[in-house]
Amino acid sequence: MSSGIEAQVLQPYKYGFVTDIEADVVRPGLSEDTIRLISAKKREPEWMLDWRLKAYRHWLKMTEPRWSHVSYGPIDYQAISYYAAPKAMPKLDSLDQVDPKLLETFEKLGIPLGEQKRLTGVAVDAVFDSVSVGTTFRETLAKQGIIFCAISDAIREHPDLVRKYIGTVVPPNDNFFAALNSAVFTDGSFAYIPKGVRCPLELSTYFRINAGSTGQFERTLIIAEEGSYVSYLEGCSAPIRDEHQLHAAVVELVTLDDAEIKYSTIQNWYPGDAEGRGGIYNFVTKRGKCIGRNSKISWTQVETGSAITWKYPGCILQGDNSIGEFYSVAVTNNRQQADTGTKMIHLGKNTRSTIVSKGISAGRGQNTYRGLVKIMKGAEHARNYSQCDSMLIGDQCGAHTFPYIDVRNSTAIMEHEASTSKIGEDQIFYCKQRGLSAEDAVSMIVNGFCKEVFKELPMEFAIEAQRLLGISLEGSVG
Amino acid sequence: MSQRTPLLQVQNLHASVDGKEILRGVDLTVEAGEVHAIMGPNGSGKSTFAQVLAGHPAFAVTEGSVRYRGRDLLPLKPEERAREGLFLAFQYPVAIRGITNAYFLRSALNAVRKQRGEEELGPVEFMDLLEAKLKLIGWDDSFLDRPVNEGLSGGEKKRNEILQMAVLEPKLAILDETDSGLDIDALKTVAQAVTLLRRPDNAVVLVTHYNRILTHIAPDFVHVLSGGRIVKSGGKDLALELEEKGYNEWAQDEAPVA
Repeated sequence: MSSGIEAQVLQPYKYGFVTDIEADVVRPGLSEDTIRLISAKKREPEWMLDWRLKAYRHWLKMTEPRWSHVSYGPIDYQAISYYAAPKAMPKLDSLDQVDPKLLETFEKLGIPLGEQKRLTGVAVDAVFDSVSVGTTFRETLAKQGIIFCAISDAIREHPDLVRKYIGTVVPPNDNFFAALNSAVFTDGSFAYIPKGVRCPLELSTYFRINAGSTGQFERTLIIAEEGSYVSYLEGCSAPIRDEHQLHAAVVELVTLDDAEIKYSTIQNWYPGDAEGRGGIYNFVTKRGKCIGRNSKISWTQVETGSAITWKYPGCILQGDNSIGEFYSVAVTNNRQQADTGTKMIHLGKNTRSTIVSKGISAGRGQNTYRGLVKIMKGAEHARNYSQCDSMLIGDQCGAHTFPYIDVRNSTAIMEHEASTSKIGEDQIFYCKQRGLSAEDAVSMIVNGFCKEVFKELPMEFAIEAQRLLGISLEGSVG
Repeated sequence: MSQRTPLLQVQNLHASVDGKEILRGVDLTVEAGEVHAIMGPNGSGKSTFAQVLAGHPAFAVTEGSVRYRGRDLLPLKPEERAREGLFLAFQYPVAIRGITNAYFLRSALNAVRKQRGEEELGPVEFMDLLEAKLKLIGWDDSFLDRPVNEGLSGGEKKRNEILQMAVLEPKLAILDETDSGLDIDALKTVAQAVTLLRRPDNAVVLVTHYNRILTHIAPDFVHVLSGGRIVKSGGKDLALELEEKGYNEWAQDEAPVA
């Protein structure tokens, strides 16, 4: 396979610039004092600090998981700075008062925040290193009782809601990285959709890592009350650096009766260079809990960045008739490694889950699907459909599939399909013989392969996703 | 007539794959308006010849020349050849999952139209054009939203190739064993479509193992390819002769090649 074809799959990283801004960066190192410092900077109530310290003490007793199909050197948790924020960030009344350098940064990333330029139809919470820079449309949403703000704000302004739900889906001792996040999380988004409200805007958070030698530990919590609906989008990027940077996030979703959350991610952290220098270590715990009957949580992810991706967005289907979905495209190029998939835990009756995973490997990339479908004893007539497709580009990459199935109720119906294909010279030649350029041919083939996932994305995100894959949009959406 | 430039002029063409020579000096001249049939035993180099003309990267041309519409064909990339009106109906058409026939066809047509200096067609205009072409091969609209060559039978794939040909309106169409795998009705439909697409300014090269399709598409010339060379040429009667005698006469002279 010619390297030309491989090169087209992922274009050079375009978001690798650094914003030159004076930052307040705490000294590297992790101790109870670090946590107290973060909590103090966030002006948190006592209960939050206690919760963090408890998580930290738990973390100290845990060991880093090494069961995933990725390899990397040891992470020195004492060499990381756990808090970085642009200096001189007074609480602002209007986004127009934000430091122009920050506004410029987000504009460069395609996320204009100022009143005049901001995206219509999408409310954005912009997180820069450890702090939220601002949230658009906050007031518009508030009129319908929707809360959309930085989680730091929510902890102060809506403590009852946060306290009621935080850690109920991903307990602080869930796993090593979740415990670490619970101890040191800095910012992230909080959304609350009241009973019966269909959120009129897409809610979106954009995470930007800027400072060097730091980690980003964001935490997101979304609560959809009875009969409500929200579509949430998440994007991210980071500068090009020779060092590896750690990103360990936790996302918790909760749906009550008849509620629905649609959660979409485009993960584009810096992937490292062709030799594997630099790049983000992305260790993320994302989980949703369908508490209510007939509720639904749908995860869609397009993972193109990071040196290492370790994430398994899952659903706990507790309410009867609840639905969990997972649609994923994961691309690994050069030396990237991804170990990603989902967990669907069926507890309620007639619960249904769908898993569609597309892995694309190029260069020396290693792509692993790892998924667990668990049907518990009480989950009468549960149903799962899983489909895992892998595409290989070139002959130095790898694709691996580890589906785990645990069924404890004999009324369950399980379906699993898997395929591996290779972009072949024959496919490319066929397209060329019809007049298409090599670039268009590869785009078309990759695009067609990902179609089932892309069609789950909101339109703006579908365009973004395809652009990231070096793909022209036409004809593939819808 | 003999003064004009031939559509295709192949002289002493040698080509090999993985260092193994398969074409050993092919000569062929095709004028606009003509239908040529290239017949021969398995492994004689028929498909290789078709692929080499289309520019498949697996084959290396080691000697000889190919002129197409008055210019040297060999330096052109496969997609450039296609945009210049050279069409290959594949023996084994490839599936492209997730991409609909409608989208694929329109992308292909627009690539060709761009080359001809014509405006690209939008989805609506294209649909009008396509409806007419679909009738030609006896298919309905439902086909358009299906992925390219996925889940089609061998015969349907061949028909799809002819549909693509009808849409792209090539100057030179090379049909690589399009007749194999077709039942008698499908064969008739394909043959009728090819006949309808004949014009004074285009030409067809039919690569086939059997005489069957030639009873539906009358060729102007029949050539026998054996051992990587054209060993005999004649009119359509030659095809009948081959049907009776088989290819043994030539196959014994030359060591068969892959």
